[in-house]
Amino acid sequence: MAVTPTETAGRVARPEAPTRKPPRGPVAWLREHVVMIAAVLALIYLMLPNVVVVIFSFNKPVGRFNYEWNTFSLDAWTNPCASAGMCEALGLSLRIGVLSTIVAVVLGTLVAFGLSRYRFRGRGPTNLLIFFPMATPEVVMGSSLLALFVNATILPLGFWTILIAHIMFLLSFVVVTVKARLASLDPQLEQAAMDLYADERTTFWKITFPLALPGIAAAALLAFALSFDDFIITNFNAGSRVTFPMFVWGAAQRGVPPQVNVVGAAMFLLALLVVVGGQLYGRRRNR
Amino acid sequence: MSHRDTAPGATSPAAPGAGGDLRLEGVTKRFGDFVAVDDLTLTVPQGSFFALLGPSGCGKTTTLRMVAGLEQPSQGRMLIGGDDITGTKPYRRPVNTVFQSYALFPHMDVFENVAFGLRRRGRQDVQGEVERTLDLVELGTMARRKPGQLSGGQQQRVAVARALINRPGVLLLDEPLGALDLKLRRQMQLELKRIQTEVGITFVHVTHDQEEAMTMADTIAVMNAGRIEQMGPPTELYENPLTTFVANFLGQSNLVDGRIHGRDGDVAVVDVRGHRLIMPTARVHAPGADVHLGVRPEKIAVRPAEDVSTAGADRSRNRLEGIIADSSFIGVSTEYLVRLPWGQAVTVFAQNVDRDVRLVPGASVVLEWDPANTFALDASESVVAGLEPEVTELHPVGVRP
Amino acid sequence: MSALAHTGGAGMGGGTGPPEAAPSGTVGRSRWTPYLLLFPGLAWLTVFFVIPSVTLFSTSLQSGTVETGYALTFEVSNYLDAWSTYWPQLLRSFVYAGLATVLALVIAYPLAYAIAFKAGRWRYIMLILVIAPFYTSFLIRTLAWRTILADNGVVVEVLNALYITDLLSFVGLTEGDRVLATPLAVITGLTYNFLPFMTLPLYAALDRLDPRLVEAASDLYASPFTAFRKVTWPLSLPGVVAGTLLTFIPASGDYINAQLLGSLPATAMIGNVIDTQFLRVLDYPTAAALSFTLMVTVVAMVALYVRRAGTEELV
Repeated sequence: MAVTPTETAGRVARPEAPTRKPPRGPVAWLREHVVMIAAVLALIYLMLPNVVVVIFSFNKPVGRFNYEWNTFSLDAWTNPCASAGMCEALGLSLRIGVLSTIVAVVLGTLVAFGLSRYRFRGRGPTNLLIFFPMATPEVVMGSSLLALFVNATILPLGFWTILIAHIMFLLSFVVVTVKARLASLDPQLEQAAMDLYADERTTFWKITFPLALPGIAAAALLAFALSFDDFIITNFNAGSRVTFPMFVWGAAQRGVPPQVNVVGAAMFLLALLVVVGGQLYGRRRNR
Repeated sequence: MSHRDTAPGATSPAAPGAGGDLRLEGVTKRFGDFVAVDDLTLTVPQGSFFALLGPSGCGKTTTLRMVAGLEQPSQGRMLIGGDDITGTKPYRRPVNTVFQSYALFPHMDVFENVAFGLRRRGRQDVQGEVERTLDLVELGTMARRKPGQLSGGQQQRVAVARALINRPGVLLLDEPLGALDLKLRRQMQLELKRIQTEVGITFVHVTHDQEEAMTMADTIAVMNAGRIEQMGPPTELYENPLTTFVANFLGQSNLVDGRIHGRDGDVAVVDVRGHRLIMPTARVHAPGADVHLGVRPEKIAVRPAEDVSTAGADRSRNRLEGIIADSSFIGVSTEYLVRLPWGQAVTVFAQNVDRDVRLVPGASVVLEWDPANTFALDASESVVAGLEPEVTELHPVGVRP
Repeated sequence: MSALAHTGGAGMGGGTGPPEAAPSGTVGRSRWTPYLLLFPGLAWLTVFFVIPSVTLFSTSLQSGTVETGYALTFEVSNYLDAWSTYWPQLLRSFVYAGLATVLALVIAYPLAYAIAFKAGRWRYIMLILVIAPFYTSFLIRTLAWRTILADNGVVVEVLNALYITDLLSFVGLTEGDRVLATPLAVITGLTYNFLPFMTLPLYAALDRLDPRLVEAASDLYASPFTAFRKVTWPLSLPGVVAGTLLTFIPASGDYINAQLLGSLPATAMIGNVIDTQFLRVLDYPTAAALSFTLMVTVVAMVALYVRRAGTEELV
C-alpha cells in the first residue's frame, strides 16, 4: 500500500512512445491527450494551495489574517519567529516527530520481521490488530486515548501523552511499509548466506538488514511526516502543550501570521530538495 | 549462535579439501503426509559429476536442500567422507550451493558476492583468490559491477564462482541453467563441465532436462516420486533402461506388449502378437513372462516391404511389418510413424544418408533391428510412465521467482 | 520448526506447499523468537489502542456530569440520545466523505494512469508533485483554500460568470454567489486533502500492470473503452480498494475542513460534534457513544466493501 518511487525498479519495460503521426484536427489531438490533460489538471489542483502558501509567505497582510494579497515583503522570512509561540510549537513538533519516529520504527520493524519471517500461532489476530488503527478515524483514536488518560489519571496530559499517541498511530504504518519490503525479498538470499558460512546473526546483519533498510527508511520518512502533520489525535491529548499544527489551528481562529506560510513554504521546498536529491543520488548509484 | 566461526584463522569444519564421497543412507523427508523423498540410499564418488534427474515434484530439489542443510531429513543420515553431517547447520558443512535463482546479494558487487564465503571463514588473500576464481569463470572485468547490471549468463557464472571459491567437498547445483535461453544453456553446460574437470570437485546437479543431464554428468540418478528409479552412466541408462519410467523419461522408446516363450541360453524368445522376436536374456528386466518389449526409435531400420521379401528372411534380426502412417522431415533425419498390423504405432528415426523416395505415407514397410538393442520391462508398469506432460515450474504469473 | 503452527493470515503468501517450491523460513530458529519480536509493538497497541477502545466503550455507557463524576451504569440511552440528536451530522459525515472519495477517485485515476503509462521521462517529476504537498502542514494548505475560494477570488468569479454557482446552489452545494462556507468548500477540501492517499495506491496498482495485456486485449478486438473496462480496471481494483479506504476512513472522521472551510453548524460533521463534546462541553458519555458509533460504522462499511470488492490483500 505504501509506495516509494524506489520500489518501482522491478516493473516491466514499457514500449516506447508511439511514433509521431501526421498532424490531425484539434479534436483528435484532444482525444489522444485527454488522460494527460486530466492528469495535469489534477496536479494543478494538488499544487494550487502550495503555490498560494509560498506566494502569501511574501505578503504583508492588512489586519490579522493573511488571506488577501496586500504588498510584497520579506518580513516574515527574515523574522520567522516573530509570531509569538510559533517557533516553540515548531520545536515541540520536531521533538515529538523525531522521538515518535524512532520508537515507532524500532517497534514496528520488529513486528514486521516477526510477521514476515515466522509462522506462529496468532498471526491472524496480529494482522488484525495492526490493521485496526489504520481503519479507525483519527477522531475516534484521539478521543478514546483521551478517555483512557482521563480515567487512568496516571499521566497528566502533555508531552508524554502526545508522544504515546503518536507512536501508537505510527506503528501500523511502519509495520505495513517494512513488511512490504520484506515480502519482496527472495528467501533464497538468506539461505545462500547460510550456505556460504554465515551463521544466523551474520546473515541477518550482512544480508537481511541491509536489504530491508530502504523499507525501514521509507517507513521512517512516512512516520515523521505523519507525526509532524498530525492535528486531530494530538489536539485531544496535548493538554496545554501546543504543537505546530495546533498553533496553526489556533491561528486560524485568532489570525494567521505570514510566518505560518514561511514554515509551510520552507517545508515544501525542503521536501522537494530531499526528494529530488534522493532521486539524483539513486540514479547516480544505479549507473 | 554462540559459537561463530567468523574469527580470522579459526579452524573451520568447512576447510578446503574436506572431501570424500557423499553418502546418503536411508534418507526420508516427509512434509505432513506427503513423502517427498523415500528411503534414499546412494553414494556419489568424490570428484564425480552427478546428476539427479526427474520431473518436478520427484524429490530431487528436496534431496539437494537436505544435503545443503536447508532442510532436515525426517529419517536417515548423510555423510561426506565419513563425517556425519546430518544435523549440522548449513554454514558448518563443506557444501556450497548454486541456487536456481542464483540468489546473488543485490547490495554487494560481484567481488563482494564471491568473497562472501571466504570472509566468513576469515581467509587471508581474499583479493587474490577472488580474482583467480573470477578469471576461471571469465568475469575478471566485472568485479565491481552489481548483480543487477549483469546478464543472466553472467549472473549464473558469478553464482558458480561464489560457491566454487570455497572449494567445497560437494558443490550443489539446483537447476542452475533453467533461467537461461537454449543457446546460452548449451554453452553453460560445456563451461560447467570444463570447470568441474579443472577443479575436480564433486558436483551434484539437479535438473529436469534429460539432455542436460546426459551431456554433463558421469552418473545420472533418475528420480521419480521420491525414489531412485535407476542410477548409472548416461549410456547405460539410455541403452538399457530398467523401468518404463526411465525408458520414456530419458529419450524416447517404443514399447509393445509381448510374452516370453522360452530362454535358449542367453537368448530369450518373445512372442509379440504371433511374431517371434529374440533378445539377450540379460536385458530382460521383468519377473514374469509378460513384458513391455522396448526398442529406441533410432535403432530401427525401415525398408520398403518389396525389397525385404526378395532378400529372404534374416533370422538374426528382429522384424515387424507395418504401413507408414506419417513422416516428417527434420533435416538430419526423418521421423516415421509406422502403423503395425494390430494398430499400434511405432516411431522410427532414420538418418538421411540415402533417402528412399518410396518411403511415403501408405507404403508397406518392414522394420528391422538388432536383437541386442531390445529390452524387456515389467508388464505391470505403466507404458506411459515418465510421459506425463512436463509440469511447468510453479512461478505465478507476474511474480519474480 | 515442527512446533510452528500454520495459520494463514490475510495477504500472507507462502504455505507448506509442494516440496520443490522453496519453503520459507530457515532451520534452527527458536519458537519463541516471533513472540519476542512482536511483543513490544503489540503491547503498545494493546495498551494504547485496544484498552482505550474498551474504555471508550465503557465511557459511552456511563452516566453523570463533569461535576459529580461519571459512573458505569450501562446507560444504553446514551446511544439513543446521541443518535436522535446528532443523526444529521453522522449522515452528513458519510455523505461528504463518500462524495469526496468518489471525486478523489475520478480525479486520481487519470492522474495515476498518466503517471504509470503516459508520463515517460516526466514520471518521477509527476510522482514528486503528488507526494510533495504532503510535506506542507495540511492545516496550512487547507487555509490556503480560503484564499483560493474567497468570495472575490478568481475561482468564484469564473464560476459566477458561468452561472455554475447558481446551478450548485440549486442542488444545495453552495449558497448564493459564495463557495466558501458552503458544503462544496468542505467537499473540495476533503477531496484535496486525501487525493495523494488515493493516487499513490492507484499508481502502485497500475504500475504493476503489464501494458502488453492491454495490447493483447486490443489485438483481440477490444475497443479502447472495452480494453479498459475488461482489463485495466479489474487489474487496478486492489489500488482502487486501498485508495478509497485510505480516503474514506480519514475523511469520515475529519472535522478540520468542516471547520476551516465550512460554516458551523450548517456543515458540521460528526468529528466536530465529538471534538466539541469531548473538549468543550465535557459530556464524555455522549462523545464516547458518538465515537464508538463512528468506529463501528466505519469498520462495518470497510468490511462489507472489502468483501464485495473481493480483495484479501488489505495491508
